[in-house]
Amino acid sequence: MIEVTGLVKTYGTKRAVDDISFKVNRGEILGFLGPNGAGKSTTMKMLTGFIRPDAGTATIGGIDVTVDPVAVKRQLGYLPESAPAYPEMTVEEFLCFIAEVRGFRTAAAKRERVEHVLGLTHLNSVRSQTIETLSKGYKQRVGFAQALIHNPPALILDEPTDGLDPNQKNEVRTLIKNMAAEKAVILSTHILEEVDAICTRVIIIARGRVVADETPAALRARQPGARLDEIFRTLTA
Amino acid sequence: MSQIRPLFKREFLGYFRSPVAYVFLVSFLVISVSLAFSRYGNFFKNGTASLESYFIFFPWLFMFIVPAVGMRLWSEEKRAGTIELLFTLPITTLEAVLGKFLAGWAFLTLATLLSFPMALTVGFLGQPDWGVMAATYLGAILMAGAYLGICALTSALTKNQVISFVLSLAACAVFVFLGLSSFTTTLESILPVSVADMVSNFSFVTHFEAFTKGIIDPKDVIFFLSLMGFTLFLNVVALER
Repeated sequence: MIEVTGLVKTYGTKRAVDDISFKVNRGEILGFLGPNGAGKSTTMKMLTGFIRPDAGTATIGGIDVTVDPVAVKRQLGYLPESAPAYPEMTVEEFLCFIAEVRGFRTAAAKRERVEHVLGLTHLNSVRSQTIETLSKGYKQRVGFAQALIHNPPALILDEPTDGLDPNQKNEVRTLIKNMAAEKAVILSTHILEEVDAICTRVIIIARGRVVADETPAALRARQPGARLDEIFRTLTA
Repeated sequence: MSQIRPLFKREFLGYFRSPVAYVFLVSFLVISVSLAFSRYGNFFKNGTASLESYFIFFPWLFMFIVPAVGMRLWSEEKRAGTIELLFTLPITTLEAVLGKFLAGWAFLTLATLLSFPMALTVGFLGQPDWGVMAATYLGAILMAGAYLGICALTSALTKNQVISFVLSLAACAVFVFLGLSSFTTTLESILPVSVADMVSNFSFVTHFEAFTKGIIDPKDVIFFLSLMGFTLFLNVVALER
């Protein structure tokens, strides 16, 4: 579903992403791990067509992002880091706007989609509140709802559980797990327990390069008996 | 291009979701009307049934007021990070640029048209030439679009709204001052007359004046439209860079 080959991005003299390649199939949840500044967000931004790679290709559903970005964006649900949204809009207005841009033009179709994601992300209680008045956890869920509204085959989530309390984290993880069967999901995180909880595969990147690409079990097997964060530290040091 | 509609709707209604629209509309009308009644406008003293003394200030007024509308168009999206959301939706840059521009333009058109009580007053007091008045409104709306094109472009260059406002103001001021007689005489003393003439041709004041006299010259219409087209093109380039 998602295929990345030889992706490179350089900012000034710093190579943020250095020749990254990987593949994600439907039904997989890929955990994208790495220290801050390792190039996680940059890679995701290139996948979504928000920034242009200097070299390499990223295809989603067989379509190259640089060739037909609009077609790629149609198949993609994206939750950017810190879940930006228009603060002066209410949750409902905002989701209606996204639904409309996503091609649900009739009032009935829009309503159906918005109600569906409001229920899915438990936002019904704040639906007519403006987004600027929401707490971090709710904002994050609005961003999540926005990414799911068109039921996309590919989902890219940049730190989806960031800023949530343990209960909310659990809820979001269950949500991701439940719909992962027919989707290809990439989620970035620096919470290692998340990997064990939901990911079917892990990629660890450090200084713009892939240093590990395997199942969580294989990652553990690298240093039997060691904790995940110790393995992480050895790999990214 | 069907994607322009939701973007337009969001942006246009966005003005009314915050106090921006109301503060803007009220101050615009108060300032423009009081200028007309002031001793510089002489709305009553002139004794003519026309809105000339109302619209004469528009090139100056727009110079300040259009940057206030245009500065948020892109700067705000960049600052809040929503630009990442916007450009990962299935839209092209051109659609986004047009949607936003048209929304801002519609808002400025609304502001201009809300001066209709002035027109009614003139109609009540005398026999104005409604054709001239319609031409003036058309000219004002076209001029607003040209100003907005410039402001949308400068707004796309920075995420800081203050910088965006100041840049827009400076750019708009250039297009106003080009037409002032004192400025053109200075220009003529340095440059050949033909070149100075060409430069002063870019002034909003001269192009707008024709409309206030009831002349809809295709030249002036095309001037404003092509300026809009050009700035919007640069806007797309600035965002895609």
